[in-house]
Amino acid sequence: MLVGFITAGDPGPDATFDIAAALVDGGVDIIELGIPFSDPIADGPTIQASSLRALNAGVTPPMVLEMADQIARSLNVPVVILTYYNPIFKMGDERFLKLALRSGVSGIVVPDLPPEESTGYRKFAQKEGIDTIYLATPSTNPKRLSNIVSATKGFLYVVPLFGVTGARESFDAYSGRVVREIVGKVDRKVPVAVGFGISKAEHVRSFVDQGADSVIVGSAIVRTIERNLNDRKKMLNELEGLAKDLSSIRTS
Amino acid sequence: MKFKEFPKGGKFGRFGGQYVPETLMPAVQELDKSYRKFKSDRNFKAELKHLLSNYAGRPTPLFFAGNLTKKCGGAKIYLKREDLLHGGAHKINNTLGQALLAKRMGKSRIIAETGAGQHGVATAMACALLGLKAEIYMGSEDVRRQNLNVFRMKLLGAEVHTVESGSKTLKDAINEAMRDWVTNLPTTYYLIGSVVGPHPYPMIVRDFQSVIGEEIKKQFRSITKGYPTAAVGCVGGGSNAMGTFYPLLDTPTKLVGVEAGGKGLGTGQHSASIGAGTEGVFHGMLTYVLQDEHGQVKETHSISAGLDYPGVGPEHSFLHVEKRVDYVSVTDDEAAKAFLELSRAEGILPALEPSHAVAHAMKMAKRMKKDESLVVTLSGRGDKDVGIIADYLGENI
Repeated sequence: MLVGFITAGDPGPDATFDIAAALVDGGVDIIELGIPFSDPIADGPTIQASSLRALNAGVTPPMVLEMADQIARSLNVPVVILTYYNPIFKMGDERFLKLALRSGVSGIVVPDLPPEESTGYRKFAQKEGIDTIYLATPSTNPKRLSNIVSATKGFLYVVPLFGVTGARESFDAYSGRVVREIVGKVDRKVPVAVGFGISKAEHVRSFVDQGADSVIVGSAIVRTIERNLNDRKKMLNELEGLAKDLSSIRTS
Repeated sequence: MKFKEFPKGGKFGRFGGQYVPETLMPAVQELDKSYRKFKSDRNFKAELKHLLSNYAGRPTPLFFAGNLTKKCGGAKIYLKREDLLHGGAHKINNTLGQALLAKRMGKSRIIAETGAGQHGVATAMACALLGLKAEIYMGSEDVRRQNLNVFRMKLLGAEVHTVESGSKTLKDAINEAMRDWVTNLPTTYYLIGSVVGPHPYPMIVRDFQSVIGEEIKKQFRSITKGYPTAAVGCVGGGSNAMGTFYPLLDTPTKLVGVEAGGKGLGTGQHSASIGAGTEGVFHGMLTYVLQDEHGQVKETHSISAGLDYPGVGPEHSFLHVEKRVDYVSVTDDEAAKAFLELSRAEGILPALEPSHAVAHAMKMAKRMKKDESLVVTLSGRGDKDVGIIADYLGENI
């Protein structure tokens, strides 16, 4: 499956639904909607800039959940929210999760909320039926991985490299080994999605070959949006083309 | 409550914690383990003590500011002269400790953030001394207002990366340092300069800075056989204040942290995270944060780059809610005025950061009795700030 990430409300709140629709038309299976945050420490320059555009356009967490609602219902695709923890914390775990559930959100990824800090949040989310998606990285040791695999629901988000988000030209052989090793240890307990850096169909193929069930593409999509800020029609065409190209490698 | 027993499980009450990306989790856990191991290691302690005395210049004097005391007409004012340390600020206490730790952990590359540039300079010094490579992140706004320190870092062999994102100040320098750390984790040690960030940093920095308060206690005992009535320190992230307060937490000394009130708390242009912030999760910790209703972190303002930060050390947040420490704020104008008053009264140019503490200490001293005493931690010297003061006074230098 192909997961497509966009920063919600970039370049403006009115663009997000059309962008999601173009991605879905091109073959994206799951939309991952990012809540823009002032201090995105796990993100590279592309997503930093998109967060800033969305914040400057006045985008707030409740607005993002409304966009999620519209996308999930009208396009009939699962929507996953990606957010740093502070916007959730500020609203309150329970209030945020209830609102997300009402908005048809299937799962939530919080890159700065490790399992150790989220016992209460996780319990509540899982009771409400929202997937809590956790990450595994090259530095995750076997003991942590087994805890993370028990905590994650929906899928396990595997980061195949040391670094922040950002489209890459190529991956070291190391990244493939990381994915294969984690896939082996997960042992089909939960689907594995690989994300960070993926920008080309050949990357998709190589991670699928290593056993990934899904791939997540973010910066390559956001970069396409950024390149076409003044021409919405061209933006949507290129996004659909990119999605077609990336989804030409079907994972199953 | 036994305040000195914290952190427990990485937390100060509900504050602190480890809100970091998964890549960093094993690293902060390893750091916690290594620190606990070396903290009580006899060789490590001896080496640090040796460097603190013979390289950094400890102990620093506790100076009775007779002229300032007379001027205020109340409590006796003492200055803890961290400004006399090598590098001109208290920051060297922490960088020597952490650089020694990094070396023992087998790391060869050190990264650090800096606001006013004092932590960057102190990191560059410790790394030059111990043969480590130093790379410093600094916001472009701070590079502009503290350009002398930028060149000092370069002279000391450090590489300085100018950060153009966000408000281009300390918070953005920390963001960029964290991104570097995630990318270069296997070789790199992140040497945080204040009592902020994920556990164990707030504890490590506090412990290395506690030499300030330990010395104050000892020096004060030799003067009066008792404890100071009050101790005052400025708080941005809060490392010099935490180092001053921690050894005094279980004594009767009244403790006061002074935040940067900028142009006044009502204007929104300030850095008073405890005074005007709300609880949030930022830079890996749960603490008081200046943020909007949706959890977006706000841009801050202070005349002093070192206090210009929208968060605060989690232990300060804890001591605030437990009411063990009072947190107040002082405006840019009051701090600049205190800078001038101390310079003229005692012949000491304080940095703008502790000028905030001096301003509040003078207010307090006036209301206190003559047989009472007050210690102000003078965390750094003011040479780096003379240009800002000249601008403030409208003078060309």
